[in-house]
Amino acid sequence: MSDRIYPDPTINLETECYWQAANDGKLLVKSCNACGKAHFYPRAICPECGSPDTTWTEATGRGRIYTYSVMRRADPPYAIAYVTLDEGVTMMSNIVEADFDNLSVDMAVEVMFGQTEGGQALPLFRPARGI
Amino acid sequence: MARLAKAYIAGIFEHPTRKAVDKTVPMLHAEVALGALADAGLSKHDVDGYFCDGSLPGLGGMALAEYMGLDLTYTDTTETGGSSYVIHVGHAMEAIAAGKCKVALITLAGRPRAEGLQKLGARARGEDSPERGFELPYGPMVTNLYAMSTMRHMYEYGTTSEQLAWIKVAASHHAQHNEHAVLRDVVTVEDVINSPMIADPLHRLDCCVISDGGGALVVVSPEIAKSLGDRCIKVLGQGAGIKHLNGGRFDLTYTGAAKSGPIAFAEAGVTPADIDYASIYDSFTITVLETLEDLGFCEKGKGGALVSDGNLISGVGKLPFNTDGGGLCNNHPANRGGMTKVIEAVRQLRGEAHPAVQVPDCRLALAHGTGGQISQRTGAGTVILGSNDA
Repeated sequence: MSDRIYPDPTINLETECYWQAANDGKLLVKSCNACGKAHFYPRAICPECGSPDTTWTEATGRGRIYTYSVMRRADPPYAIAYVTLDEGVTMMSNIVEADFDNLSVDMAVEVMFGQTEGGQALPLFRPARGI
Repeated sequence: MARLAKAYIAGIFEHPTRKAVDKTVPMLHAEVALGALADAGLSKHDVDGYFCDGSLPGLGGMALAEYMGLDLTYTDTTETGGSSYVIHVGHAMEAIAAGKCKVALITLAGRPRAEGLQKLGARARGEDSPERGFELPYGPMVTNLYAMSTMRHMYEYGTTSEQLAWIKVAASHHAQHNEHAVLRDVVTVEDVINSPMIADPLHRLDCCVISDGGGALVVVSPEIAKSLGDRCIKVLGQGAGIKHLNGGRFDLTYTGAAKSGPIAFAEAGVTPADIDYASIYDSFTITVLETLEDLGFCEKGKGGALVSDGNLISGVGKLPFNTDGGGLCNNHPANRGGMTKVIEAVRQLRGEAHPAVQVPDCRLALAHGTGGQISQRTGAGTVILGSNDA
């Protein structure tokens, strides 16, 4: 079985802060100073209220699996998921360091970082180990 | 009293090919266009409006209009994936009602099997789409995106793989009578749940076929319909909508049909209980289940019970659906199933479906298209159609 190779993300001027922070081990979300809501994926202009007054905030990195699917036929198998963060927004990711037979919707997960093909840190989630 | 309609579907054509190794995409467009015009009793010289999706060779509809030799004063390239053609019917109706065109041609064609599947991803997913960096690294595929909607629906409503399997079973009962269908064998619930797992919890038989081909529709003004006779089908109502991930606050248990359905029913002045036959886009079994709920054929979350025990099988259940075998068994030309949904609804309303699946006295039908990824980034189109005497 081969190691999973994550393709590189496309990065642009709206999103480069997110990816730089990931390289520093931080998961960022965008929040709007006008309406107070977080959103994902990050945009310069708030999709909720249209304000350009958006700011980066560091997420706790904790969340729950909203839904997932295990791709057992892939080599190697992987688990794609939508994870709802403590901040209230849901993002696509992969669940790693987990027994795929024991994943479940609403399972508590925490962020960790993998590496893409080109060496960019990529937010992934594993079952929460608790504090 | 018979209802009035702003426009009529006068011609339909479904290409019989399922693997078009000896044809180009423009050839397929021209063949389905001429087929639908012949079915209507019109010629290409009558066409003044052309409706197509955004995947055509060339830019918009211009290259194909030139290839086919169309003389146009109206065009629409609404692109919502597989639902495009259902929305095109609605837009053609509005254009005709506004007096902007009289004979609208809608075509779809593609050859994903002959060209190889590798071209699909690049076309379906724009390199410059703004979400791309936040999804592509995680391995999203059509199958696992639909699977994640399925998993959430199961979690919230207790929907089971057996219930989903009934949708394929019903499609297969219909496809056995369709000589052009890719899959003609009748399958059981056990066959579906014992087929290989593709993307947990979706099995191979929860997925639609991949096929080449296409189809065309001709939508005309009431005056022209009157001159063509009673095979013309009324377009009574139409609705469209886009649903997306909403900045990361979303619910994957419902689809864009929750938007397009009520608009179409309101315009037609009918309710789900009035519908004799339904064509429901069936890229996967879950697509049908969530769509039927969202269109109001049952309470939200009760789709599993609605589709079970043969309730979708013509002559057996209360809600006959996809009597051509649908995308699940018959045909999913160019990976875009909205066109064939409208075509089979017209066959039913004309009384020209296969006798084994023809719904008796079929007067009101619904056709629904789903584009993109169900309940995630998706375009929805619903039309309500009526027989000539409806």
